[in-house]
Formats: sequence, structure tokens, C-alpha cells
Amino acid sequence: MSVIELQNVSRAFTVSSRTGLRRTRREVRAVDGLSFTVEPGEVVGYIGPNGAGKSTTIKMLTGILVPSDGTIRVAGVDPSRNRMKLAKRIGVVFGQRTTLWWDLPLKDSFAVLQKMYGVPRARHAENLATFVELLDLGDLLDVPVRQLSLGQRMRGDIAAALLHDPEIVYLDEPTIGLDIISKARLREFLAEVNKERGTTIILTTHDLDDIEALCSRVMVIDHGRQVYDGTLAGLRASQSAPRTLVVDLASSMPPITVDGATVTKVDGPRQHLTFPTSTSAAPLVAQIAANYPLVDLSVAEPTIESIIARLYTAATPTP
Amino acid sequence: MGVYWAIAVRSFRRFSTYRIATLSGAFTNTVFGFIFCGVYLTLWHTSPGLGGYDVSDALTFVWLQQGLLAPIGIFGATTTVELGERVRTGEVAVDLYRPTHLMIWWLSVDAGRAWFQLLTRGGAPLLVGALVFDLNFPTSAAQWLAVAVALAFGILVSFGVRYLVALSGFWITDSRGLESLAMVLSLFFSGTILPLVVFPGWIGEVARATPWAATLQVPIDVWLGRNPGGVRSGLLFQLFWIVVLFLAGRLVTVLATRKVVIAGG
Repeated sequence: MSVIELQNVSRAFTVSSRTGLRRTRREVRAVDGLSFTVEPGEVVGYIGPNGAGKSTTIKMLTGILVPSDGTIRVAGVDPSRNRMKLAKRIGVVFGQRTTLWWDLPLKDSFAVLQKMYGVPRARHAENLATFVELLDLGDLLDVPVRQLSLGQRMRGDIAAALLHDPEIVYLDEPTIGLDIISKARLREFLAEVNKERGTTIILTTHDLDDIEALCSRVMVIDHGRQVYDGTLAGLRASQSAPRTLVVDLASSMPPITVDGATVTKVDGPRQHLTFPTSTSAAPLVAQIAANYPLVDLSVAEPTIESIIARLYTAATPTP
Repeated sequence: MGVYWAIAVRSFRRFSTYRIATLSGAFTNTVFGFIFCGVYLTLWHTSPGLGGYDVSDALTFVWLQQGLLAPIGIFGATTTVELGERVRTGEVAVDLYRPTHLMIWWLSVDAGRAWFQLLTRGGAPLLVGALVFDLNFPTSAAQWLAVAVALAFGILVSFGVRYLVALSGFWITDSRGLESLAMVLSLFFSGTILPLVVFPGWIGEVARATPWAATLQVPIDVWLGRNPGGVRSGLLFQLFWIVVLFLAGRLVTVLATRKVVIAGG
């Protein structure tokens, strides 16, 4: 059974803007006809540009916002009607906010959480020991939260969101502002939690490396509508973003002519050619080698960023 | 219930980390205690028995008042100011992700703060005042108990008002104006400037009927044994305001939550 089910969910907001004395009201659809299901244990990357409707979706999934239209079921219940009950079964992390007690040692926040979620003492101790080890929190437990670095605080926040064994965790940009090592460590930890505990993870991020490292599935949303749902590989294949062939010639030359590819940039003896993903690079290389003094070459795959940028621009809103 | 106790304990601990603030606050209260004593001594010498207080009542009033300003939160308190800030920035949404009741959560936070400040900010000036002046103290165990209850009630009434002011930010773009208005009202009607017993006629009647009178004036009168209608009526008056304010608080919480959940902010 799916742990999250959305059927044709929309959310509209009334935005009133004021110029002088005149007041205009208009309706903005932050989420527009969204349908999807998530199975237990899935790790889903939920991505989209700013203002695409990601946060609105998460708010509806946690029950602090009711949809204007459509139905939502999370862990078998309607979130907005069972907000408090559901809160015990989910974990939420906001990359830019903390739920920890700012002026107190980290361990105090954890102690409050044990009471707040009514976690049996033994289970709490066991979870805490696991997270302390995996997230290397041992030396931080007695340090006031305000003295922690961003990466340390984030590790604390993630442990806090998982201490009550939630079935689903929503992570809103958990790696924002972290250095490469902290990011890698956090991703490793989340992968471990997902594998060992079967926790369903919904991750919103602008860092596509998070998605590459963690998510078996990617959902792309733009202007409140789903524009892609599938694997990362599928996302790559679905968009025929051109590949790039970079050739180094023996000397500077005017743009070369090759069937099936076009020169986009000349940089001294180096020339950049683009060709469709569907074409093989081999015949192009053979052609160039036969006609020009070829010294070296490399083929660049389109970056996931460029693929998603194409997706965003392709999904123009219908008025 | 355990969670709210745990929160109050953490809040107590949190405020205990602000050592310099606590120390300088207690010092300020003590300095103002001496200034007010000078003023009140002059006042009670010109009109002895003013408001039914004798001179030592008036001096005791000063030191209790200075000690109770912070714990009761006459000028507002860090906790409810923080809540107002969270409402303004929308961060209060985070509080709604928790399986706890918003109002009881913040009440617990405020209770922890009040208890810590009662011990430190309340104790220090009273000690200094008692060393320098001849002050009145409760004389029986029953009176001490009544004082404890009246103090707890006073803090609850004050929280009830401050909570409503903080939540007004859900409807008013900037609730800081209302915050300052509430502070001025609180300052006057709690009896901080002058004991409410000295106000004559209908002004006195009105002043003594406001919820702010239940925060500071009533507990001090219980301590002095000077409640106009006796201790029992003083406590009942406080209880009345607690019920009214907490029902209002509950209603406003429901409305605010509904506004966030349905209107989206």
C-alpha cells in the first residue's frame, strides 16, 4: 500500500496587491492538479525552481495546509484532519531553520523529543546511540546549539527528526550551505537510515548531487504541475539535450564542417561541436580524423542541471 | 503531560544560562527600588495611610513590585516576545509540525522562565530591601500559601494577555504596535507606577478591575494582607481573568491555526 497518495490536488492562494488606494485580488495556483503515489521505503527527490510549489506540497503532506481541491492520504490518514496524530509518525527538517533549543546543550533537545513523541526510554537510548555514532555527535551532545557550526547543527536537526522512528521524513534542502565533506556524510547517513529502517524519504533540494547520491526517483514540478516523474537515468534520456564533442586540432582553424554536428565555439586550436544524444560519436570522430589534423578529443554528457533547465523552460504555464 | 514538564524544565535551564542579564536585571531592580522608596516615603509622609497602606506597607510594595516585574512579565517577557516574532516571520508554522498544543507549549516555556526569574530577579532585590528597610512579611503558613497561589495566578493572567498580543500578529501585519500599547496599559494598570489602592473613585474601581490588576497588585496585596475584599476575593478575581483569558487564548489559537491551515498564512 502506498504511504503517500495525492489525487488531483490543487492549492490556490488569494494574493491581494495594493497600489495607492486601489486593491486588486487575484488567485494564484501554487499547486495545480498534482497526482502521485509514493511507496514505503522510496527515496524521492522533489525538485523544481523557486516558487514551483514544492513547499506548498510539503505543507499539505504534513497537514498544516489543506488543499483547495483533491484528496491526500499520508500513512492512511487525511493529514489536515489528523495533524497532531500524523506528527508522531513523520519527521520534518528545514535546512534553514532549526527546531533545536538554541541556548541549551544538544542533548537537552533530544531529551524533550523523547517526551514529546512518547518514545519508550530503551528505544530512545538505542536510537540516540546509533545516531550519535553514525553522525559523529558524541563530542557535541554537551555543547549549546548556538555554538555548533552549520554542519554540526544540521546533523543535530536530522537526528532530532529521526529519533521517534518516523515512517516518513521530509527534508527541505538539508544540505544547503554545507561543505562537500558534510554533504557527503549526510547523504551517506540518509542512505543508511533508508536501507536499515525502510524510512520513506522525500527530499527537496537545489543540489542535484543530493539527488544523484540518494534518490531512486525524481519528481520535477514547475508552476505547480508535475513535469517529470521517474528515474534520474530516465530523466536524462527523456530530454534530448545535445552532447558535446571537444576536439583539439594541431593548429587554429576556421570552424570545421562535420556531417551531423555543428561547431558552437572555437577556442584557438580547440573546437566545441554539439550533436544529438541519439547519434553515436564514433562516426563523427572518424570523419574528423579523416579530414582534419586531430590531436585529442573528449565527449561531454549533458549535465543534469542543463537537462532540468530545459525542462523548466519547456513547461510554460498555461494562462 | 510529561512533555510540558520537560519543556518547562528546559526553559528554566535556558534562562539560567543568561547570567549577566540576570545579574544586571536584579541590579537595576534594586536601584529602582531605592528610587521608588524615596518617592513613596515622601508621599506617605505627606498623606499617611494613603490607600490604606502604612509606611512599611508602601516600602514592602516597592520591593515586591521591583522583584516581580520580570517574573510576571509586566514589560513583556522574552518568551512571548519570541512567539510574536515567530508569528510575524511565519516561523510559527514549525511549531505546528509538533504533536503538542501551541498554547500549552508556550505556557510551559513561560512557566520555566517565570520560575527562574522569580528565584533570581525576585529574590535579590527583596533581600536587599529587607536588609535596609523594615519590611512586612507574611505571618502564617496559610498566608504564605496564599501568596504562592496568587503569584502563580498573576503569572498565568499575564501570560494570557501576552499570548493574545503575540497571536494578534496573525491578523495585524505588525503586532509590535499592539505590543507597546499592551506594555503601557500593563505598566499603569498593574500598579507598577503607583499602587492601585491609592487611585480614588471610579478611576480606582476601573483600574482594579482590569486583568493587569490581577498580575501584580493582587499578589502584593495578598502578601500585605490588604486585599480590599479579603484574600479569597482577590484570588477569585484572578481566577476569573485566568478563565476568560485562557478561553480567549484557546479560541484565538483555533482561529489562527485555521487561518494558517485553510487560508495559508
